[in-house]
Amino acid sequence: MEHLLEVKNLEVEFSTYAGMVKAVRGVSFEVDPGEVVALVGESGCGKSVTAQSILQLIPSPPGKITNGEIIFNGDNILNKNEREMQKIRGNSIGMIFQDPMTYLNPVLSIATQVTENLRLHKGMTREQAMKRAVELFHLVGIPEPEIRLKQYPHQFSGGMRQRVMIAMALACEPKLIIADEPTTALDVTVQAQILELLKELKDRFQTAVILITHDLGVVAGQADRILVMYAGQIVECGTLDAVLKKPSHPYTWGLLKSVPRLDAAKGQKLTPIWGQPPDLLQDFTSCPFMPRCDYAMGICAREMPPYFNGGKVRCWLNHPQAPKVEFKKEVS
Amino acid sequence: MVPTSAQTPILKVNKMKKYFQQQSAYFGKTGNWLRAVDGVSFSIQAGETLGLVGESGCGKTTVGRTVIGLYQPTAGWVAYKGVNLARAKPSERLVYRRQMQMIFQDPYASLNPRMTVGDIIMEPLLIHHPGMGKNERMERVNELLNMVGLNPEHANRYPHEFSGGQRQRIGIARALAVEPELIVCDEPVSAVDVSIQAQIINMLEELQEELNLTYLIIAHDLAMVKHISDRVAVMYLGKIVELVDSEVLYHNPLHPYSRALLSAVPIADPDVERQRKRILLEGDLPSPVNPPPGCYFHTRCNRVLPICHEQEPELRELEKGHFVACHNV
Ligand SMILES: Nc1ncnc2c1ncn2[C@@H]1O[C@H](COP(=O)(O)OP(=O)(O)OP(=O)(O)O)[C@@H](O)[C@H]1O
Ligand SMILES: Nc1ncnc2c1ncn2[C@@H]1O[C@H](COP(=O)(O)OP(=O)(O)OP(=O)(O)O)[C@@H](O)[C@H]1O
Ligand SMILES: [Mg+2]
Ligand SMILES: [Mg+2]
Repeated sequence: MEHLLEVKNLEVEFSTYAGMVKAVRGVSFEVDPGEVVALVGESGCGKSVTAQSILQLIPSPPGKITNGEIIFNGDNILNKNEREMQKIRGNSIGMIFQDPMTYLNPVLSIATQVTENLRLHKGMTREQAMKRAVELFHLVGIPEPEIRLKQYPHQFSGGMRQRVMIAMALACEPKLIIADEPTTALDVTVQAQILELLKELKDRFQTAVILITHDLGVVAGQADRILVMYAGQIVECGTLDAVLKKPSHPYTWGLLKSVPRLDAAKGQKLTPIWGQPPDLLQDFTSCPFMPRCDYAMGICAREMPPYFNGGKVRCWLNHPQAPKVEFKKEVS
Repeated sequence: MVPTSAQTPILKVNKMKKYFQQQSAYFGKTGNWLRAVDGVSFSIQAGETLGLVGESGCGKTTVGRTVIGLYQPTAGWVAYKGVNLARAKPSERLVYRRQMQMIFQDPYASLNPRMTVGDIIMEPLLIHHPGMGKNERMERVNELLNMVGLNPEHANRYPHEFSGGQRQRIGIARALAVEPELIVCDEPVSAVDVSIQAQIINMLEELQEELNLTYLIIAHDLAMVKHISDRVAVMYLGKIVELVDSEVLYHNPLHPYSRALLSAVPIADPDVERQRKRILLEGDLPSPVNPPPGCYFHTRCNRVLPICHEQEPELRELEKGHFVACHNV
C-alpha cells in the first residue's frame, strides 16, 4: 500500500543571533491512511518545526528547509509554491494548534472563519457553507450552533475554541490532520473531552493524524505508532505497545520513568533524567543523549549511532555486540 | 511522616474567602465580585505535605497567596502555629512571614533579571537578618546554592543565563534562605521541561526530609500531586470538594468531580488506557462571578439530586479523615 505521507531525511535550520540552530536533523517517517502517529519529545526537540515543514509554514527567514522530501499522496509537496500549498492547507491537510487564539482572527466572526475554507476549497455558497458549519458544530459538540457561529473568538472558552479549530480542520474532510499539542493548554477534564472527540472522528472518517505532544499519557490512549524525538532526530519509533512497554532507547525509558504515574504505588521515587536538554547550535558527532545517559558506553562518546533493529532505534546499546541491558524494572 | 492530629497544626485555615472586585474598562470598579476563594477550611501538620489540585481558575494560587499574607482574606482566618495572623502583633507577624515562604510557578517572571543570582538569594536575608555580616551572608548563599544542586560560581551570573530547571532551583534557594518552616509551592514544575521535572520534585522531597519542611503544594497535575503529597484537597470553583489521604483519594474518590478528574488523567500505559472508562463532564467551568445556586458543581454533575440545585453541601467528614462536600454520598 502506498503511504499517505512520507517524510524523507528532512533537515531544517534557523539562522539566529547566536548562530545556526539545527532544529531538525534528518527526520524520516511515514504515515498511512487512517493511522495516528504520535511525535513526542521534550521542549525544543523539533516536533513543531517538523510539523510546520510539512505545510511549509516555517517562517523564512530565519528558517530554511535545507534538505529532504515530503511526499503527500505521491507528490513531493516541498516543490510546491505558495499558491499550490494554499490548496493543500485546510483542504487535504487540516491543522489543529495548541493555542487557537493565535490562529483565530479576533475581529472576524466564528462563522466567517469556519466557512472560509469551505467556500475557498469546495466552492460552496455562503448558505451551503453555513449549513455545513452547523453540521460541523454538532459533530464537535458545540451546542446551539446557530447562535455560537455569530459570536467572536473571545466569547468562547479554551475548550470551545479548540472545538472550533477541530471543526475547521475537519471542514473539508482532509486525509491528514496535524494536531500540535491540541490539548496542552486545556484542563484535564476538558482535555479528556477533546481527546475522546478526536478518537471518535478518526474512527468515523478514517482520517490519519500526526499527534504532537510531550505527554506520553495522552499518546497511550490515542496513537497507533510513536516517534520519539531528541535533539532534532528520531531516536526511537515503533508501535504504541513496543515503545511504551519495551523501549529500546534510554531516553524513551527516561521519559517514562521521570513522570509520576497516577496509578503508581505509594513511596516510589521518580528517576530523573540528569543534566540539561541539548544545545541545538551544536553539531553532534556522537550520540546527543550520551551526556545524560545512565547506560553510556565508550563508543557512545565517539560515534553517532546508526539506526538498529530495522530502523527502529538509534542507540549503540542495540548493536548485536553491545552488552545486554535490562532497563531497571519498577519496584512496585 | 504525618504526626497525629492531636497536635496544633502548623497552619489552620478557617472558612477563608477571597473576593476580588470586578473592574470594568470604562466605569472603574463595578459592583460585581469575583469569588476566587469561597470559604475553604483545612489544616496542615508540621512536616506534612498537603496538595491542592483543581482546574485552571478554581482559586489555588489565591489560596496560596492569602495563606502567606500577600492578600488579606475577605472573610475567615488563617492561623499559623495557633495564632490568628490578622490579630498577631506586627513583630510576631514579621517572624511568621519569614517562616512562611512561597515558590512561584514561573521561574522566568519571578526572578529579577537585573540582579545576580547571589543578590537574588541574599535579598530575603537583608530583610529578615539585617545584622548579618557580609561574609556570613556570602557563606549562606554558597551553602544554599549547594543545597539546590547549583555551583557557588553561579552566584555572579544573571537569571537569563540559566535554563528553566536551574531557575526554579534559584527560586527554591531564595525561599530557603531565611530558614522557613512552611513553603507554599505554586506549580513548582509546570513551567519546567518534562525531562527536568523529576529533578525538582526529588529535590523538594529531599529538602523536606533534611530541613523538616511543611509543604502546601499547588498544581493542576494530579499525578504529580498524588506522588508528592500525604493528603490532597480537590478544589472546584473556589471551594474544597474533597480532602483526604492521597492514596485513599486515588482508590476511593467520593465526590463526583474528583472521580471525573481522576478518570481524565492519562496514564502512559497502553493496556491501562485501553481498559479505562472515562467519566466525561459536560460543559465548562462556570464563572466565579456568577456561581450557580446550590452546589457549585451541579451544572456538570452526572448524579444531581433536586437538593443540589438549592442547597450548598457542607464539607463533611464521612470516614475518619475523609472530607467530602456532596449531597449524594
Ligand atoms: N522561528 C524560529 N527562530 C529561531 N529558532 C527557532 C524558530 N522556531 C523554532 N526554532 C528552534 O528550533 C528548535 C525546535 O523547535 P520546535 O518548536 O520544533 O520545538 P518543539 O519540539 O515543538 O518544542 P515544544 O515542545 O516546546 O513546542 C528549538 O531549538 C527552537 O529554538
Ligand atoms: N489579583 C486578582 N484580581 C482579580 N481577579 C483575580 C486576581 N487573582 C486571581 N483572580 C481571579 O480569581 C480566580 C482564581 O484565580 P487563581 O489564580 O487563584 O486560580 P488558579 O486555580 O491558581 O488557576 P491556574 O491553575 O490557572 O493558575 C480566577 O478567576 C482569576 O481570574
Ligand atoms: Mg512545539
Ligand atoms: Mg495558579
